[in-house]
Amino acid sequence: MAQAAAKSDYQGRIHNLQKDMIGRYYANLTAAAEGKGKKAIYMLISGNPVELIEAFDMLPVYPEVNALQLAVKKQSLPLILAAEEMGYSTDNCAYVKADVGMYFADRKTPFATIPQPDLLLCNYVGCNVYLQWFEHLAEYSKAPIYNLDVPFFRTSGPEPLEDDVSYVVKQLEELIEVLERMSGKTLDYKKLQRIMELSGETGELWSDIKRLTRERPAPYDAYFDSVMMMAPLYCLRGTEDGLRFFQEAYKEMKQRADNHQGPLPEEKFRVVMEGPPPWPFLRQFRDMFSKWGAVAIASTYSTVGGIWEFGFRHDPQRPLESMARHMLQWNCTNRNFLQRYKQLKDYVDDWGADALVIHSVKSCRLFSAGQGDMREYFTKQLGVPTLLIESDLEDPRYFSEAQLRNRVDAFFESLEHQRTLVKK
Amino acid sequence: MTFGGGVDVGSTQTKAIILSEDRKIVARSLINTGANVSMAAERAFREAATSAGIAPEDVAYVVGTGYGRYKVNFGNAQITEISCHARGANLLFPKTRTVIDMGGQDAKGIRVGEDGDVKDFVMNDKCAAGTGRFLSNAAETVGLGLDEIGPISLGAKKPVRLSTVCAVFVESDIMSYLAEGKTVPDILGGVHSAIAARTVALVRRVGIDPEVTFTGGVSRNIGMVKALEQKLGLSVNVCDDSHYIGAIGAAIFALERALGGVSAGSGKLDQVSAGAPKSPLPIIGAQ
Repeated sequence: MAQAAAKSDYQGRIHNLQKDMIGRYYANLTAAAEGKGKKAIYMLISGNPVELIEAFDMLPVYPEVNALQLAVKKQSLPLILAAEEMGYSTDNCAYVKADVGMYFADRKTPFATIPQPDLLLCNYVGCNVYLQWFEHLAEYSKAPIYNLDVPFFRTSGPEPLEDDVSYVVKQLEELIEVLERMSGKTLDYKKLQRIMELSGETGELWSDIKRLTRERPAPYDAYFDSVMMMAPLYCLRGTEDGLRFFQEAYKEMKQRADNHQGPLPEEKFRVVMEGPPPWPFLRQFRDMFSKWGAVAIASTYSTVGGIWEFGFRHDPQRPLESMARHMLQWNCTNRNFLQRYKQLKDYVDDWGADALVIHSVKSCRLFSAGQGDMREYFTKQLGVPTLLIESDLEDPRYFSEAQLRNRVDAFFESLEHQRTLVKK
Repeated sequence: MTFGGGVDVGSTQTKAIILSEDRKIVARSLINTGANVSMAAERAFREAATSAGIAPEDVAYVVGTGYGRYKVNFGNAQITEISCHARGANLLFPKTRTVIDMGGQDAKGIRVGEDGDVKDFVMNDKCAAGTGRFLSNAAETVGLGLDEIGPISLGAKKPVRLSTVCAVFVESDIMSYLAEGKTVPDILGGVHSAIAARTVALVRRVGIDPEVTFTGGVSRNIGMVKALEQKLGLSVNVCDDSHYIGAIGAAIFALERALGGVSAGSGKLDQVSAGAPKSPLPIIGAQ
């Protein structure tokens, strides 16, 4: 019987750095909750204008990040049940339910006390549930709400409509007025430009890191390890700390790539992952792939907040316009399905993947609808072996380990068998 | 003589098969899985060995399959039933290109290559609609045994149209048809036709090429065989051993490994059962 492979050693320097930095971010949230900190601006992850919030020295709060943290720490179910008791349906987005449950549990979590919102900035309306999520929070907290109406990326070409760009820019100008009234200060344009510079450099480094997984072996898992880098990308983008994190991350990942170190002892399969991970069972889910030597070399989930690896950068010379383009064009969630297909296909072709794995999310129909067609397109038209599995990103009740394992095992068994046939 | 053993531990029943070197079935056994999965696996295997007139140790290699495959403690390797059904169907019906497998909790479609390799597969997701469980609930509601409903369904004159394929809600649907005075054959005709329609829709996702081989416990139900054939417009392969096809496939893998031939399906499954490296959990935030 073959020996079990050695543990991977990728738990490196940046894990500790991330822990420190995100720890400080959460300490800031707690300070704000205790009335000793900055003004708290609730926002959504998808293509957000955090640079403006930073320019007014306010604190971004991401209910999605809090919800997924609760799930990782296995705290989500009682909160989901509390929200269902209030009347939220079983089919509702489980992020929303965990967040609402937490809101009514005095906003206390194992990682921070979440401050009350000073402003609810609903920056992503492509998901109508998110729109209502923030409206509910406005009702519960009595905080003001500002809805940024960002149209879907609705052209078939590579660029959004110019009218849509100026429509979003106009709203950002209006948002600046709102923030000026809240802070009693006028926008410091030079400061905003410096923040845009920081975001631009951060994006550049993140893009370089993401392109390193084209190497064989990939120096890290672009799904399971990317999520570790996503927290600083969202919570710290536009800050010196955020930039420093990505400088360190690039150094470490580049070194790993140069030394031909991968996250597993042997990279046997290179896969592209689509869909968010099941946060409550992240380790079990990861192990289902690790045992087959399957490494994610790219993932769409790591682009829900923004897509940098195809050239987008925040531009200090055109701050509002580049923020608008980030919101409209350069994040996965605001794109149509054909554009998502293209993104996946680019990963398969340019990063060199053996297969596509789609993890469908039961309580998010918006992101998951159409994945059956996606599977058909990749298997039948492109000939890319594709696995479609389903559970949930937040609700542990939808995770059936035996069923998932069965599908994952069968999928890699058949891929491995195809290889033996080719070799024959 | 070298023997290979296959043990298919399903959610409802456990099947064991022993193959001789020339790929002939020398023994089979079938028992209810029950609560003690490891014991069921071992019992089924021992029963098969006894009926073959050999000692369990005489079987050179044993492969476990099915949901309980990791509980086949005495086995040498584990392989999913998807790979095993494809190989088993290939042995019994070499021209098989599509396998439709219906078991206690699963319905699946497998596209199969010329040598029994899995080209693609699709399964029902976390819902027992259209599986054996649906049929056993329906049988219970009309007060019949699971083995009786298939033949009776063939007597349907005007099969009812069921509005659900939910294994739980089917009971209330049947009750209301009984209250309306529909006959049992018509109701059972509707039950079989509803499941066949759902299964065929599922399997179409991988594409349906002839020949089609029907496997799993439900393949013993003649009503379902006929209902599937009608929906497909094709005849389907079934035989007395269709129920054992997963175990047969497992036994083929076992035999190949025992004989040191090409280990199709999965090259290094031993490694898999030995346990994969534990990957550290990425830290998302402050711990």
